[in-house]
Amino acid sequence: MTTLTSGNPLAGSPTPSPEGREQTAPAPRAARRPGGAWLGLVPFAAYLGAFLVLPTVLALMTGLFDGDGALTGDNIAALLDPVVLATFGNSTWVSLLTAAIGAAVGALVCFAMLGLPETGFVRTTVDAASGVLAQFGGVMLAFVLVATIGTQGVVTRLLDDAFGLDIFAGGAWIYALPGLIPAYIVFQVPLMVITFMPALAALKPQWVEAHLTLGGTRASFWPTIGFPVLAPSFLASFLLLFANAFSSYATAAALASQGSQIVPLQIRTALTSETVLGRENLAGALALGMILVVGVVMAVYALIQRRAARWQS
Amino acid sequence: MSGLLAPSRATRWIIGIVVGGVFAVPFVATVLYTISSPDGWTLSRWAALFDPELAAKYRPVWTGLVNSLTLALVTVAIVLFLFAPTMVLVSLRFPRLRRAFEFLALLPITIPAIVLVVGLAPIYLQIGRTFGTGAWTLAFAYGVLVLPFAYRSIQASIDAIDLRTLSEAARTLGAGWPSVLLRVIAPNLRQGLLAASLISVAVVLGEFTIASLLNRQVLQTGLVVINKQDAWASAIFTLLALAFAFLLLLIIGRAGRVGAGRKNP
Repeated sequence: MTTLTSGNPLAGSPTPSPEGREQTAPAPRAARRPGGAWLGLVPFAAYLGAFLVLPTVLALMTGLFDGDGALTGDNIAALLDPVVLATFGNSTWVSLLTAAIGAAVGALVCFAMLGLPETGFVRTTVDAASGVLAQFGGVMLAFVLVATIGTQGVVTRLLDDAFGLDIFAGGAWIYALPGLIPAYIVFQVPLMVITFMPALAALKPQWVEAHLTLGGTRASFWPTIGFPVLAPSFLASFLLLFANAFSSYATAAALASQGSQIVPLQIRTALTSETVLGRENLAGALALGMILVVGVVMAVYALIQRRAARWQS
Repeated sequence: MSGLLAPSRATRWIIGIVVGGVFAVPFVATVLYTISSPDGWTLSRWAALFDPELAAKYRPVWTGLVNSLTLALVTVAIVLFLFAPTMVLVSLRFPRLRRAFEFLALLPITIPAIVLVVGLAPIYLQIGRTFGTGAWTLAFAYGVLVLPFAYRSIQASIDAIDLRTLSEAARTLGAGWPSVLLRVIAPNLRQGLLAASLISVAVVLGEFTIASLLNRQVLQTGLVVINKQDAWASAIFTLLALAFAFLLLLIIGRAGRVGAGRKNP
């Protein structure tokens, strides 16, 4: 993105003064006297407060109180319940696995598109398709998967008819935890394409030229320069993919209609039934546990991303 | 330009065909799923969706679609009339708040919708008492979901123009703030505003988590209801919805190309 910093030459010190109404202040000086302009920020602040901050705080607080409104550490203790720990474990390994596959395959796709014009036919088409699958698929990806490799799916029947291969010989795994893996990969790979492509596209041809001039070869460019420069971006994208899979709910909800093998599904169970594991307000505690995991991952992501941005100017 | 970095034509094709092929399988299979029957190929399941006699059966989807479109409209209104003016205000008057604003705007990415819904449940209980339980009220929650997307597209447009000079020129010529915003700034940001609106529509049409756990009827929850009775119908609606979202994003991508070409002579 082109950042025209000339847009804010007065960024020095806009001292707020009470009498500077934005309606009456002369335009050239308006920038120096925000005054009443603060009022313009109120609707947005109120909106975010009511629909982002308040729900988040409420979600985290409910975990700390029992049904009668008294402070309790009981729900937090429930996070250490073996059943809850197992769901966190399930969520973690499914997210790790799909993030790893998504990152590897997605990076490969980015590499294949390297050098193609950003506004060309291929890039715009792949970007649009990736956007749909990565962000808007949700429930619909579950239906697509069931139509393909569900018990009555097209590919399932094809394999059965052509090779006598029954992919569900060991049980209908598609509706259980393993079924999440192919479903998640369908949105993880596109997400990698979206997040990693800018980093790859920022590699400068001049670096290759410099490398060649100094006696390197095109083959040795990647291990000595390409990979080290891209490593932070790759790691950051991987973390984003992990957080994405960890917090994903819709696909799993539509696919695994019973049981609560992963954390988001357990939150659903906790929300829709009165007591889970003999505890009220467990949803809040689960939400707290979840935001801890995702929060830490995203914080590390932000740190690495900042470092990676150094090469993307 | 990056000819030295680019992979060879063969490598490009192999990766493209293998990955593209694998990703095509589920969607081709879904199309085949909707048109195959024990007696051969048939389009009857597609025709059935628009059969007036079967309308009652598919009502959850149509009701959900109408609700989702209403929500999309209200959400776009929130983006255009709340987010965009605030962003303009921040970059004109409070440039020092930009970092903090960006942090806030991108925060919803970090907070999973499933966590948000735990806290939204009591809030919507209250909203239900005040505003009634109209479908449109869910747009308040959706605004938060689209905020990061809207922020990115609009901010990119804001960064690409000299907002301060434009607004000062307009003010010098005697324009009031409303007309500066509507007639000078908005047209210059139209690309970002358009992208933000289209992405918002796509996000709203695809949203399931919050709607389903707050017991609202939207397109996605309608699809889940239908899926239990008629898996073919939900597959067809899915294909249509995905194709529609793909088109929206393609328009954003291609429109960006036209705009970029014009802006940098």
